[in-house]
Amino acid sequence: MSEDRPPAPPMIDAATVAHVARLSRLELTPDERRLFQAQLGSILESFQQLATLDLGDVPAAVPGDPAAGVMRDDVPVASLSREDALANAPETADGYVVVPPVIEDDGSRAP
Amino acid sequence: MSGSAAAAALYETVIGLEVHVQLSTRSKMFCGCACAFGAPPNTLTCPVCLGLPGSLPVLNRAAVELGVRAALVLNCTVRPDSRFHRKNYYYPDIPKNYQISQYQYTGHPPLATDGVLALEAGGVTRRVGIRRVHLEEDTGKLVHAGGRSLVDYNRSGTPLMEIVSEPDLRSAEEARLFLTRLRAVLQYAGVTTGRMEEGTLRCDANVSLRDPGGPHGTRTEIKNMNSLRSVERALRFEEARQRDLLAGGAAVVQETRHWDEARGLTFSSREKEEAQDYRYFPEPDLLPVRVDAAWIERIRKDIPELPEARRRRYVETYGLPEHDAGLLTETRPMAEFFEATVQLGGHPRTVANWLVGDVAAYMNAAGVEIEQIAVRPAALAGLLALVDRGTISGRSAKEVLEEMLRTGRAADEIVRERGLVQISDTDELIRLVDAAIAENPGPVGDVKAGKDRAVTFLVGQVMKKSRGRANPEMVNRLLRDRIGAP
Amino acid sequence: MTGPHPASPADRPAWDLRACYRRGELSPSEVVDGVLRRIEAVEPQVRAYLYLDADAARREAAQWDRAAGAEDAPPLAGVPVALKDNLCTRGVPTTAGSRVLAGFRPPYDATVVTRLRRAGAIVLGKTNCDEFAMGSSTENSAFGPTRNPWDPDRVPGGSSGGSAAAVAAGEATLALGSDTGGSIREPGAFCGVVGLKPTYGRVSRYGLIAFASSLDQIGPFARDVRDAALLLREIAGRDPADATSAGVEVPDYPALLTGRVAGLRLGVVREFLQDGLDPGVAGAVGEAIRALERSGARRVDVSLPHAPYALPAYYIVAPAEASSNLARYAGVLYGHRTTRAADLIGMYARTRDEGFGAEVKRRIMLGTYALSAGYYDAFYLRAQRVRELIRREFAQALESVDVLVGPVAPTPAFPLGERVEDPLEMYLADVFTVPLNLAGLPGVSVPCGFAGDLPVGLQIAGRAFDEATVLNTAYALERALPAPGRRPRVVTAAERRSSPA
Repeated sequence: MSEDRPPAPPMIDAATVAHVARLSRLELTPDERRLFQAQLGSILESFQQLATLDLGDVPAAVPGDPAAGVMRDDVPVASLSREDALANAPETADGYVVVPPVIEDDGSRAP
Repeated sequence: MSGSAAAAALYETVIGLEVHVQLSTRSKMFCGCACAFGAPPNTLTCPVCLGLPGSLPVLNRAAVELGVRAALVLNCTVRPDSRFHRKNYYYPDIPKNYQISQYQYTGHPPLATDGVLALEAGGVTRRVGIRRVHLEEDTGKLVHAGGRSLVDYNRSGTPLMEIVSEPDLRSAEEARLFLTRLRAVLQYAGVTTGRMEEGTLRCDANVSLRDPGGPHGTRTEIKNMNSLRSVERALRFEEARQRDLLAGGAAVVQETRHWDEARGLTFSSREKEEAQDYRYFPEPDLLPVRVDAAWIERIRKDIPELPEARRRRYVETYGLPEHDAGLLTETRPMAEFFEATVQLGGHPRTVANWLVGDVAAYMNAAGVEIEQIAVRPAALAGLLALVDRGTISGRSAKEVLEEMLRTGRAADEIVRERGLVQISDTDELIRLVDAAIAENPGPVGDVKAGKDRAVTFLVGQVMKKSRGRANPEMVNRLLRDRIGAP
Repeated sequence: MTGPHPASPADRPAWDLRACYRRGELSPSEVVDGVLRRIEAVEPQVRAYLYLDADAARREAAQWDRAAGAEDAPPLAGVPVALKDNLCTRGVPTTAGSRVLAGFRPPYDATVVTRLRRAGAIVLGKTNCDEFAMGSSTENSAFGPTRNPWDPDRVPGGSSGGSAAAVAAGEATLALGSDTGGSIREPGAFCGVVGLKPTYGRVSRYGLIAFASSLDQIGPFARDVRDAALLLREIAGRDPADATSAGVEVPDYPALLTGRVAGLRLGVVREFLQDGLDPGVAGAVGEAIRALERSGARRVDVSLPHAPYALPAYYIVAPAEASSNLARYAGVLYGHRTTRAADLIGMYARTRDEGFGAEVKRRIMLGTYALSAGYYDAFYLRAQRVRELIRREFAQALESVDVLVGPVAPTPAFPLGERVEDPLEMYLADVFTVPLNLAGLPGVSVPCGFAGDLPVGLQIAGRAFDEATVLNTAYALERALPAPGRRPRVVTAAERRSSPA
């Protein structure tokens, strides 16, 4: 990174940080938001070099050996016992996993 | 519901349907858990369909085959190379907080595209376009109870196929017809059981109005229609609602609306449109699905007989009337019931009559499907054999069938209990016939004079004497013999 | 670098232990006992382990005492191994170095774990790592860093720092790690052990807690190349539970170690020898290349002009996939759930905020951004195309040479705390390793000398599924270089207590 260029404006603004945090289901403190805004900004800036690269007609990579493509036969196999399946669940009731209800902004429940 | 006739004639209804069907595989889309209905919660799960850390999806070959089969019977172009994508959103019923599905954008077609389904509506054939067919996994089930939400992951990972039609449907009735036909075709192809009440077939609709031939209007998405009848009712309501809005000068809002069956209306569902950024990207844990021409051919050969072919066969082989053949082949279970009964000795035309007559009437009244009635092919065949042998009369059989359908009891039992066995013993009948002759000299004279109606009267008298149990054909013959009719 | 026979069983390679078992000179119980005593002595300093079950290890060893030396004993019978804590082990705590998975006990074993057990290995415990494998120093572990056995004030590298340190310090004979951007090779280099990242698809990922699905691979840590070859052979191969695992046959890697490299074409990547390289690293790497040349290999200078774009491409693709892979950690079915939320959205957000460390949050944010509407084409899609370009460039280069060689990292192990505050600075440690992950190619880090007192690793990369050539080249280097005569000098607890305050 050359030192003699004036600093570019941040690539990512506070509203975007808030939006991305919401999409990621992360509740950030104001300090965290400021820190990430700066850090993400400089990381993204360093990626600008990719924007100008001439890629011709190179397609996106498809990793993995093309000959692989393992598929399964349609034969049912034993499932986990319910005990094993729910062993790590924070809260269960009568064999169900319990979560808090979804509350809409207007106070109603989601259908 | 106002709106002048002129206003009503102004707009053309444009409907497109998004149908999700559960594929009839034995195991799930990406793991080996069994697909079963009604198991106790969270007993059909594994690390994969629970989205446990470290788990990976592996594609069920049969799901691809059924998907291709559906694509073929819907006349689609099957793509040789389609990918899965991740649809990222948070909800308790999707364990990974993403759903593996297939997205469609430039250069990335889903499993199949560009198909067509033909509908017969009022003697006219309408061709409805199929935009795409793709595969995806189902979510678990969320139930709300006592101020909290409960999740059952048994259904998580079940293979689903989404079929999206072009917006070619022009009325609520047409939409219902399309759905009925689509269901029949897919059931026949063995792709799905397609039962809306069990959730193996679900339907959402997009509805808008426009000037005929003009640009598309604003559309609304309608969800929560749980039966064929609901679909028609909901769409009819929505169509009228939009018409009223436009006639009143208001605009239709683009939104998702839920159908409320009890109140008979659609209401806005308050879903936050801006939150729905699914951030689709190709699923890195699954390689592209390669479907080559050879595989497609093998799948094509495996497709079971479809409705039209079966209907033709019923007409040609069994000599059934077109109309009856049509009714019997409307659903695969009905057709199979028919054939099973015939296999067990029933005469085709007789079986057909009973199925499209008394049995169908019962199904409609009770609101059940053929798979749910208490009478199975063997029982029906048995009943018809009793009639055939002359053990009971046709009229008694109707009575017996009604009881069989209601209680599931065997024909023999009911016949015995109600003393419905016909009197076919000649000596006994002669006794009754002679008695009727003796008591009705007038009509006897009419018979001798050639008045056929008098025979009927006398048969009636014998039937009364025997409390309906005399074999009417034999009585008729014996009367004529004894009277010495010409 | 084959030194004199070490005295303690804790320092012997696996192939040597196996021979000792067959000759009846050692028993698994003695070995496990020796390793456990070593652990007791050095763990307070090194902190390689997050979970250790000494009693279970002793019991298993006892079961192998009679059978380990038999003719038909499986290839790793009685050998103690450690597993990075992002590998699922049935009934045993598995945290991936994160608080969000505190208390999680998987109901199943990763495929590699099943294969290891079938091969007779004794699993000692789970080792420390950067949270969800995101990091190059193991400082991002929610449970505190691991320290480099060669210098307690320095990092062991990451993200598989615990596994590398354990093998280096004699706390395990063999270990497994995972490599997404260099997480096996870099700690291997920093800790002076052999670390191999296989070809993408060579080893099953089933049961590996995913970071970036198209880049992750599980691989071996060992004290020498032969051991690494042995461990790789036991874990590699097609797995029906992993659709990306390849059906390529698994060669008998140890049997293919001839040490002969006459005529082997060594591609030296010009872009990897540019300035910024620590002089000690440059010196050791240069020496290693010359040693291989003296053994008969032929040096060929190659250029990979797009290699410098690998780092930014990686830091878009990997976080993007990670942002999706980590969405499931939301307190519903396993792991931490906040006690401070009344509704679902709050539960998700607070659980994740409480459970994830800063680096993980940062990458999730970056990844979500790169995939979000309006940015997908410019970021994720573009980065994947750059990736394809790099893959093609490497494949083409490997048509005119047999392997590519260069440094593993620009510097040797850096001091703890030096880079934690500056993510970009931390990311630079991966500059030579990430291209192989993007290209899906195999690469090994093999000790090739010292920069001062700190070990340096040489990276040897090869064609897809040609681990045999990569390993053989590393083997030849091992034999060509003078024995270091140095082992990490881990300050024991006793020494600590007796040293002046």
